[in-house]
Amino acid sequence: MKTSNLSGSSSASAPAECIVIGGSAGSIDALINILPALPRDFALPVLVVIHLPPNERSLLAEIFGPRCQLPVKEAEDKEPLAGGTIYFAPPNYHLLVESDFTLSLSSDEPVFYSRPAIDILFETAADAYGNGLRAVVLTGASSDGAAGLRAVHRVGGLCFVQRPDTAEVSLMPQSALEACPAARSLNVQQIARELSAQAGIRPHLT
Amino acid sequence: MAAKTEEIELQLLLEALYQQYHYDFRGYSMASVKRRVAQALVQFKCPSISALQEKLLHDPGLVPHLVAYLTVQVSEMFRDPSYYRALRENVIPHLKTYPSLKVWVAGCSAGEELYSLAILFREEGLESRTIFYATDINADALKKAELGIYDLDRVALFTDNHRKSGGKSSLSDYYTAAYGGVKFDKTLRERTVFSDHSLVSDSVFAEVHLVTCRNVLIYFNRELQDRAIGLFEDALVRRGFMGLGLKESMHFSAHTDSFTPFVLDQRIYQKKG
Ligand SMILES: C[S@@+](CC[C@H](N)C(=O)[O-])C[C@H]1O[C@@H](n2cnc3c(N)ncnc32)[C@H](O)[C@@H]1O
Repeated sequence: MKTSNLSGSSSASAPAECIVIGGSAGSIDALINILPALPRDFALPVLVVIHLPPNERSLLAEIFGPRCQLPVKEAEDKEPLAGGTIYFAPPNYHLLVESDFTLSLSSDEPVFYSRPAIDILFETAADAYGNGLRAVVLTGASSDGAAGLRAVHRVGGLCFVQRPDTAEVSLMPQSALEACPAARSLNVQQIARELSAQAGIRPHLT
Repeated sequence: MAAKTEEIELQLLLEALYQQYHYDFRGYSMASVKRRVAQALVQFKCPSISALQEKLLHDPGLVPHLVAYLTVQVSEMFRDPSYYRALRENVIPHLKTYPSLKVWVAGCSAGEELYSLAILFREEGLESRTIFYATDINADALKKAELGIYDLDRVALFTDNHRKSGGKSSLSDYYTAAYGGVKFDKTLRERTVFSDHSLVSDSVFAEVHLVTCRNVLIYFNRELQDRAIGLFEDALVRRGFMGLGLKESMHFSAHTDSFTPFVLDQRIYQKKG
């Protein structure tokens, strides 16, 4: 297994404790290849930030709920994180992880014009989980996620990026790779497999 | 290691701010506070949180600037128009049965929420019998609220929100162009008392029929959320109304039994009779 302490991170990666995923344009399709592949016995919490228009109701839980083997929900403020659950950030709120592994929402300023922002989720989750964190940046037309991924790497977490040439929009994965060259770039099927392996189990790839 | 040290420094900073200046951020959601302190370090040119703490203890002039960082001021008029529509359609008819009304806008920021309500109450013919209390801990924001001046480039959003909330007039009836922005009509705040009040450390100051406190509780931990909602419960008349932000619910609250959901998807609750 590749560890992430090759370029100056503080500690080697530990067993996975939490997964964070961020994506923008094109990422629903990417996620359709990843989230449903996570098996029923997947024991880690999965937190997902997708850039959404601020004033519309999010349909993500409706889209992914029926397709996934794991329970899917919109994250709630002060909710304790549960393993084997997929949480989506609500539109118009940032999603943050507290050090006691509860979630907070915030209405802080948008980052790269977006609220929720991937950077904020990744940075706070990196603080909470340290080298137990696994982070994934998917397709999108933004630089959000790059600083966040670097923060994950800094604490010794493992970083994955959708291979830019397989992304619908390559800017976001490219920015993430520039900010965090130690990240592994993989296609979506490989990401699904890698995440399942992180939790010590095989994915159910369709 | 580094992460742990930072946590300790952060706790000490907040402790200093509390013991010396009575601003109590110790029960706030730390993930957000930590980010904002990191931003403050850059502005105050401090290499560490400890350095900022030392500066703060010896220079009271710094306090308002740090408080400005710690209190997020993001707001807009008629934010979440569906909330104002629900107030208009479901709550106002009840409020119309009272001869006089008191409304508490808690965490009013620079006044966007207050002016939205003042306009709503005027449109619904309730303004003349209402007293508004607009409170916040950010002195600068309160000053802005009292001025009622907003940047021109925000007005299109405000106007759109007002229309979507079921506005019965044109938003432009309520402001004049001034100082490179727009200035809201002072008659809208003639019946408003602006005051410095903390949901963390202050007590109830009036009996009210409606309290609206949006996007403040998400910055508190659960204990503080309970304290704030306890204050609202104490302030409200029997069968009075409480409106929260769209992602703030009574779900995890110690006071669930004291309220009934009134318009649940808009987070409007009614105190039990
Ligand atoms: C994100 S703004 C919300 C503004 C407005 N209510 C809205 O929803 O658009 C949060 C506000 O809460 C205020 N605040 C923070 N802590 C507070 C406290 N302990 N007591 C009262 N207000 C507080 C901040 O100063 C800020 O104005």
